[in-house]
Amino acid sequence: MGILDRHKAIETHATLLMVLSLLVVSIGGIVQIVPLFYLENTIEKVEGMRPYTPLELAGRNIYIREGCYGCHSQMIRPMRDEVERYGHYSLAAESMYDYPFQWGSKRTGPDLARVGGRYSDEWHVDHFTYARDVVPESVMPPYGFLLRNVIDGEYIQDVVKTNRMVGVPYSDEMVENALADFTAQADPLGDYDGLEARYGEDAFGTPVNVRNFDGHADLTEMDALIAYMQVLGTMVDFSTFTPVANR
Amino acid sequence: MWDYLKLVGLGLVAVLAAIAANYAHDLAYQVNAVTVMLAAGIAFLWVLRTAGDPRPNLQHEYFDSVIRAGAIATGFWGIVGFLVGLVIALQLAFPALNFEFLQGYGNFGRLRPLHTSAVIFAFGGNALIMSSFYIVQRTCAARLYGGGLGWFVFWGWQLVIVLAATGYVLGATQGKEYAEPVWYVDILITAVWVAFLITFMGTLMKRKEPHIYVANWFILSMIVTVAMLHLVNNAAIPVSIFGSAQVQLYSGVQDAMVQWWYGHNAVGFFLTAGFLGMMYYFVPKQAERPVYSYKLSIIHFWALIFLYIWAGPHHLHYTALPDWASTLGMVFSVMLWMPSWGGMINGLMTLSGAWDKLRTDPVIRMMVVSIGFYGMSTFEGPVMSIKAVNSLSHYTDWTIGHVHSGALGWNGMITFGVLYYLVPRLWNRERLYSLAAVSWHFWLATIGIVLYAASMWVSGIMEGLMWREVDANGFLVNAFADTVAAKFPMYVVRALGGGLYLSGAVIMCWNLWMTVRAQPGRATQHSAVPAE
Repeated sequence: MGILDRHKAIETHATLLMVLSLLVVSIGGIVQIVPLFYLENTIEKVEGMRPYTPLELAGRNIYIREGCYGCHSQMIRPMRDEVERYGHYSLAAESMYDYPFQWGSKRTGPDLARVGGRYSDEWHVDHFTYARDVVPESVMPPYGFLLRNVIDGEYIQDVVKTNRMVGVPYSDEMVENALADFTAQADPLGDYDGLEARYGEDAFGTPVNVRNFDGHADLTEMDALIAYMQVLGTMVDFSTFTPVANR
Repeated sequence: MWDYLKLVGLGLVAVLAAIAANYAHDLAYQVNAVTVMLAAGIAFLWVLRTAGDPRPNLQHEYFDSVIRAGAIATGFWGIVGFLVGLVIALQLAFPALNFEFLQGYGNFGRLRPLHTSAVIFAFGGNALIMSSFYIVQRTCAARLYGGGLGWFVFWGWQLVIVLAATGYVLGATQGKEYAEPVWYVDILITAVWVAFLITFMGTLMKRKEPHIYVANWFILSMIVTVAMLHLVNNAAIPVSIFGSAQVQLYSGVQDAMVQWWYGHNAVGFFLTAGFLGMMYYFVPKQAERPVYSYKLSIIHFWALIFLYIWAGPHHLHYTALPDWASTLGMVFSVMLWMPSWGGMINGLMTLSGAWDKLRTDPVIRMMVVSIGFYGMSTFEGPVMSIKAVNSLSHYTDWTIGHVHSGALGWNGMITFGVLYYLVPRLWNRERLYSLAAVSWHFWLATIGIVLYAASMWVSGIMEGLMWREVDANGFLVNAFADTVAAKFPMYVVRALGGGLYLSGAVIMCWNLWMTVRAQPGRATQHSAVPAE
């Protein structure tokens, strides 16, 4: 037990003990985390992925604020039942603009990675307002108050700007027009050409959803949250997507 | 002079917080700013009132007043955390308890981080800070380093808790599990944690004992590792200095890896290494036996802290995280079983020759059961980290059950044991008010945990199997809603288990209160005195 006797040097020296502990606990994280910033299969770009529109981004922040990630995952695993139930398994690239990620860890409710386009806006309004009206077994809390929370996008440009600072490729034009795009997306009778040009079919292959999502005249948090729901998992076109072998 | 500096600093903080409240972009930020202003104002008045008072030289006494406050805070936040846990458990069983009139403030989604933070960081954190202050002074035979810095750690931590808790309810969150506090709370946590490290290291440095006792190795490694995890995982840019919103520095798969590297080691260090430190001091003390094996403690200490940090990716099996990373996570998680049981064996075998105390001393019974639950959940954890098992257990209630057998069984029970040990000593009382009440607490808590864990096993494995069930034609048999409906009875049993656990804790608080109030004081004061 010679080597254990030498432990005396460590356990009689506080600084040595602290420094050695820190070294020992650093190794695992360095090996597991650092490569993810360089390996091609974790940083690859997939056609169709675009930054969230300002309204979708606001909806995503409501999703985070309400703690939805506590009960809903956004990560479909490549198992038969999950692919049948939720759709194509999730790609790393599909959450590349999610700061922070929202993969979740628990499915008290179903996965939402591909919920976009699956239900109508009206269904979402009813479901958010009182889930058991449309799904009798549901245990989801009521979110009717979102309909009453009118939003004006006062700080949305700052949010877009900060997202650009951490690496989301918002162009100067997108940042400048953040507020205009924010209101345009929920107003199908207005002028949304600029929004469509920046985020839509010509730029990324899929048109932007421009609708009065909640059916009310005012622009509410419900609009933003449903805009976010409806874009989830719809950016990549899986009818044309071919996964690269060995990834 | 020092008092004047403090007054200037506190006054400045109060004024800046008032300005921040005025320009606030959101309600949570405004309420938090007002809270900071009030806290700084109260501290200002306190310093002003006591400025110039003669300071008695206390260097010959242990710094126990802050530990007494920590014991009270531990009990208080424990009740709060368990109560919120019971509420959200009932909300899952009876969703009508998400009251419409509360406008979302009382919804499950906002209360759940309140519950997790309250039990982990408020209850667990206060237990850790309190007991590490006690342990480090006794085992170093020295007064806590840093003068009043211990009080800054204590009150700073309470402020963190209040800011985070009110923030969650009002909608300020980072959206990362177990790391929900927003950017300015993260900064305050960093300041408090650095102060904690300074007091702890300073006390180790001025120790009168040649060796650093094993409990302190665990606590020290916990402090430095949690500091590292906290800084890396919470890296974010605030949208505005006048708002609670921020944007994380990492996204997608990188953020997922960083998050679970943090998340699993919040368990591994905050709730394991730190609490093992508690075990290594209080179990031998209560059993009046030396630690079973010194050599085992060396091996399992270094193995535990080295292996734990790798285990994070087992939360991300079969996700978009590369396979090699999740395989590493699985392999290290399985290996982790050994050092974990090294700790369990060292704790349990400390009772060699004192097993008869189990019959007569409900406090030691509590500690032993906590070590038993530690062993059980550190076996269950490696099993669940195996990919084949995880493909079933992930996303289900099994995970929730696993966490709670560790949290209620290990962290909760050892903390209760420590409180029962500490309170009579800290308040100089002969004995606990009622040993029968300790027995009641023991059985309520144990039965509560069994109900909790068993119901979550059933519901987790059931829903995992129901999700993947396909019929002869290859169609899914169950709609998602079917699995939700099927879990109802188990959710009721779980809430019942949580209710029993909470009522046990209430009995404890009453018992400790009566101990302080009604028991006669001990005849001999200062049984232990630091050698300075």
